[in-house]
Amino acid sequence: MTRVCVAGAGVIGSLFAAHLARVADVSALVRREEHARALREEGLRVSGRADFTAQLQAATDPDRLAEPELVILACKTLDLDAVAGRIAGRWPEAIVMTVQNGIGADEVVARHGDWRILSGVTFMSGTRHSDTHVQYVLDTATWIGPARGTTPAEARWAADLIASSGLEAEAFEDLRPAQWSKLIFNATVNTVAALTGLPHDAHFADVSEPSRLGNLVRDLMDEGKAVARAAGVPLREDPWEMNVLATQRGSAHYPSMLEDVEARRRTEVDMITGALVREADRLGVPVPLHKTMERLIKAKEASWDEA
Amino acid sequence: MKVCVVGCGAVGSLFAANLATLEDVEVWAYDLAQEHVDAINRDGLRLTGAGEVVGRPRATTDAAELPSCDFGIVATKAMHTEPAIRATAHAFSNGCVATVQNGIGNEEVLAAHVERVIRGTTFPAGKITAPGIVQWDVKGDTTFGPFEERPAPFAEVERLAEACTRGGMPAKAVEDARGPQWRKVIFNAATNPLGALTGLTHGRVCEQPPLRRLASQLVDEGKAVAAAQGIELDADPEELIDYAARPEVAYGHKASMLQDIEARRQTEVDYLNGGIAEFGRKLGVPTPAHDSIWALVKGVEAAWQQQ
Repeated sequence: MTRVCVAGAGVIGSLFAAHLARVADVSALVRREEHARALREEGLRVSGRADFTAQLQAATDPDRLAEPELVILACKTLDLDAVAGRIAGRWPEAIVMTVQNGIGADEVVARHGDWRILSGVTFMSGTRHSDTHVQYVLDTATWIGPARGTTPAEARWAADLIASSGLEAEAFEDLRPAQWSKLIFNATVNTVAALTGLPHDAHFADVSEPSRLGNLVRDLMDEGKAVARAAGVPLREDPWEMNVLATQRGSAHYPSMLEDVEARRRTEVDMITGALVREADRLGVPVPLHKTMERLIKAKEASWDEA
Repeated sequence: MKVCVVGCGAVGSLFAANLATLEDVEVWAYDLAQEHVDAINRDGLRLTGAGEVVGRPRATTDAAELPSCDFGIVATKAMHTEPAIRATAHAFSNGCVATVQNGIGNEEVLAAHVERVIRGTTFPAGKITAPGIVQWDVKGDTTFGPFEERPAPFAEVERLAEACTRGGMPAKAVEDARGPQWRKVIFNAATNPLGALTGLTHGRVCEQPPLRRLASQLVDEGKAVAAAQGIELDADPEELIDYAARPEVAYGHKASMLQDIEARRQTEVDYLNGGIAEFGRKLGVPTPAHDSIWALVKGVEAAWQQQ
């Protein structure tokens, strides 16, 4: 069986680890010892769209894990630098795959070692109920493409492995069109949700009057599309159409940045909106509305330092 | 002289209590909060803080009790103007009605119900701490002028300003009162929603350079809309913003819109950013920052309705 190490066992990491454990030899690299122990002793339960409990290895020290052929770095973008640092100097034959929001994750990982890298972007979502129980909510796909030193065939290999475990996955010759579609979508939907408190619902597509939120959503997406055009990246999907479709699905999705804000946790705005703004500045494309959103989110984070 | 204050919240109470100290002015206070009205009739209307005043206006929740008045001073929240003036218009069939409310567009609403309207802008602020008791936080000037479309005679505007000044609320009568009004609405629209969306006090909004720049962007758009109407601001809102950020002025002040959001009360955003955006649209002046902020605050209000 293929040996896979999933680094980070939040929602996304837990969904990967549990599903893959049914078709591969899976280990989880986690930060807390009690988390590792609980996973070893109780296994990892999935509910929602699937219902099973997987057995897997788990440790806080990478040297206690079998050398993997595939490493999935499934931590939050904020933790990526630290997690990649923990495996630095190890597992030279492994292919390392990123699935973080935003763009630029591959470069962060590349600084820590010479691994071959696959670039991923995931749309699946879930809810974490405990260290050993994750609910699988949205069965949308993970997209994978070649990055440093990897080939489209290796992207297909990883996608096939993930698909065989019961998750949705698709390989691409070039991931950037998909990655940018998601970046523009995320930079817009996450920040609007985080500032208003609204889940991703019909308000986001409402353009019936000038003050309706859909106008802002569309304007933010138009700014993002202009950046993608300037970067020479054709988008795989139109973010506005993704938005309209998603809000018609019925059950409103709770974007992660809204969850972060409600829990008063630092958000990923630097990696999502920040990534888009940095690209825009580099290319000389004006993005005043994204800058406004970024400023407001950063200021909201600052308000928690008070009192 | 008979004056009726319509809407006896914090600002209305400042006018009612101060005017009621004058022997030659009979003051009525119309308000829907029964407890507040009962306390005023029982114990008088007490101001503490920036000034210590006990006035004895006659308070009522029943508009039918109001006598024919020389002046009305409308001080409701902007979204309550229409029902408030509809209920009380009969008392002003021979009088003039002034607004001291926030935002723009209130005069137009009054003019649909009464003949002689006075455009007004006031800077004092406070809050009701208990029925019949108002904390007077900030002293400040009031400017009155005839409302161009349905003007009160200038002599009447002067008579009201003179009474307010003698009562302890310094006021002046001017031919064109739009300058102070737009200065205030631009100031409020550039600062209030930033506090409301981020949770920061006025001083902390100004300390964050990116956020302070966003305030300037909002100010610049507001100035362009004012200039397109030939309005000369009587002072620069930028200076007002920096002045208010001083520790001894309003550094720790939570904008009224932030107080509204924390209490989940409908905000006045439609009359602040929405007012500027709507005037901009009519005049062909783009206001992208106000449009965005307007949509975000409306989104916050929409989020409450779902919970």
